[in-house]
Amino acid sequence: MRNEPYQTEFAGWGRYPVVTGIALKSENLAQITETASLSRGLGRSYGDSSLPAAADLPVAETTLADRLLAFDPESGMLTVEAGVSLRQLNRVFMRRGWFVPVSPGTQFVTAGGMVASDVHGKNHHVDGCFGDYVRSLKLRVADGRILTCSDDQEPELFKATIGGMGLTGHILEVEFPMRRIPSPWIWQESQRMANLDAMIAGLKSAAEAWPMTVGWMDCLAKGPSLGRGILIRGRWAEPEEASNQAPRFKRPIRVPFPFPGWVLSRVSMNAFNMVYYAKHFQEVAKRIVHPDSFFYPLDMLGAWNLIYGKRGFTQYQCVLPHADDNGPARRFLDLFTSAGGMSFLCVIKDCGAEGKGMLSFPRPGISIAMDFPVHPEKTQTLVDRLNELVIAEGGRIYLAKDAFTQPDHFQTMEPRLELWNAVRRKWDLQGKLRSAQSVRLLGDAE
Amino acid sequence: MKVVFFGATKGMGRALARTMAERGDRLFLLGRDPEELEKTARDLEIRGAPSPVRFAPSDLSKPESFGPALDEAAGQLDGLETVVVTAGLLVAQEQLETDPELTNRLLSADFTNTLLFCEEARRRLLAAGGGTLCVFSSVAGERGRKPVILYGAAKAGLSRYLEGLDHKFRARGLKTVCVKPGFVNTGMTAGLRPPPFAGEPDDVAPRVLRAIDRGTPEVYAPWVWGQIMFAIKWLPRAVMRRINF
Repeated sequence: MRNEPYQTEFAGWGRYPVVTGIALKSENLAQITETASLSRGLGRSYGDSSLPAAADLPVAETTLADRLLAFDPESGMLTVEAGVSLRQLNRVFMRRGWFVPVSPGTQFVTAGGMVASDVHGKNHHVDGCFGDYVRSLKLRVADGRILTCSDDQEPELFKATIGGMGLTGHILEVEFPMRRIPSPWIWQESQRMANLDAMIAGLKSAAEAWPMTVGWMDCLAKGPSLGRGILIRGRWAEPEEASNQAPRFKRPIRVPFPFPGWVLSRVSMNAFNMVYYAKHFQEVAKRIVHPDSFFYPLDMLGAWNLIYGKRGFTQYQCVLPHADDNGPARRFLDLFTSAGGMSFLCVIKDCGAEGKGMLSFPRPGISIAMDFPVHPEKTQTLVDRLNELVIAEGGRIYLAKDAFTQPDHFQTMEPRLELWNAVRRKWDLQGKLRSAQSVRLLGDAE
Repeated sequence: MKVVFFGATKGMGRALARTMAERGDRLFLLGRDPEELEKTARDLEIRGAPSPVRFAPSDLSKPESFGPALDEAAGQLDGLETVVVTAGLLVAQEQLETDPELTNRLLSADFTNTLLFCEEARRRLLAAGGGTLCVFSSVAGERGRKPVILYGAAKAGLSRYLEGLDHKFRARGLKTVCVKPGFVNTGMTAGLRPPPFAGEPDDVAPRVLRAIDRGTPEVYAPWVWGQIMFAIKWLPRAVMRRINF
């Protein structure tokens, strides 16, 4: 009979590391979280956040628990099971004029994952993180109880769970308000930026007038072109500007198999980056775009992680404090290029205020994210050096992306960790809930 | 369309019921667990099914529950029009080979009791002047295959029964739709190694709904499984004996 534990391979989106473990999968989350040590949604965190701490510790797969449990069409308040994907929410609600208050750069995430990673998006500079909007959570905590937490009920647990990487309890249900949108289409303006200073200045000035901004950078460009790229500003289109048709939801084209290693080389990445920059002929382009192409450009290529082949890849994302001379971001990019790092496009975004989540990633400053293939020796050294710089600049990294950070580095850049740990231990004395990442970074037992 | 749905809480049934809800079909749910039915009913309402979506308990292992549940559905919906059955049981062949009790449960659920339910539905639909009976069988019933001998036997029987119903009663207004899904990733198949061309419930749902609307007597889903089974059906016995498909 199904709904029994089964053995399977687990990996994050970066396909590194890959581990064997036990999965529990059912529509009934309350049932499978009884024995599980971790919940896992669509596995879109890049590193080892959603991987079991040990081969004999079962992981609850939440994606079958995808029901919408309550919706108030007046206020937009929505309650969902934790496994529902953002893609589902978009399909159901966008054409009715509703959108999530905060959306990350992929729609293949679950509501539970959005809380656990406290995701942010192109509107972070004005709207903050997803967790800031969550009204309540239904959690199964380590001692087996199922309870509701919110600002009024168990507020400490609530704040520790937002951005808590699933380590404080299994998220069963999420209640949050959807937001009214004037149309499901996006008015987008994109502009070429010649270098890092122009890019950051562009982000900052756009932040004052635009609800959504992001920059794509060519991080192979050096010298005076360091940090050149495309700045993208967007807002929801007004009904009279846009088509009155609902956007069609296209199926992604899947990458069929892991590409061989030579496909991704310095030459091919360089070419890609140059073309991406050069094909933006105009100084500024303005147009109405499909919401998917604005929010989720990479989702159009399903399983794009296979481009990196069997070796897998990692994403490095950090946030660095603001500085008038953009010194931190420049030193970061300089270090990355001089250390021989290479990446497809990297993403730059100015972050707004720190959120409610105790371990939430964003803080005021400049966030930079880049992907690179895993190399047996070089990757660890590169991440170590980047982390040392991030510590020196007073920044921090995003756990949802991480697979390589050393525990002492993480603990140095996270002064909030002690408080979060105290709350976590209060609810889980035996340390039942853990992940491969918490073993690596927080010293949890295997 | 007014639909009585046995099995909407999970897997392909859930996906099909949602597709119906999105276009505004009226739904009445049958199932085992009232708590699950309640949550699924709310989900379908939010997705567009006319509110309220009601439900009644019915258990595939308790044939005596079928008649009263269908009567309640007919009462609430003000008549029967379409009855959909996606409920069923899948157990790995190896497990069945050592467990006669489990084998009995599987055969009762997937064959005897599914037929008993269909008979109850058939009588009521014919009395109402016709309608559509859509039942999920499986490609497992097309050939004797090593990984699904017992499950396949039950589904083979079910497919033949549905074919017979269609031959006898179509002229009297009862359309029978036999759905033969290939391997689809659901809770039922979680942990089995998916073969090439494994599908998703969302691929199956629109195809089945079209078959219901048109009264197509037999439909493979996803589409590619029709082609695969065409080839499998013509494989010589000597080849079938050697492969592990």
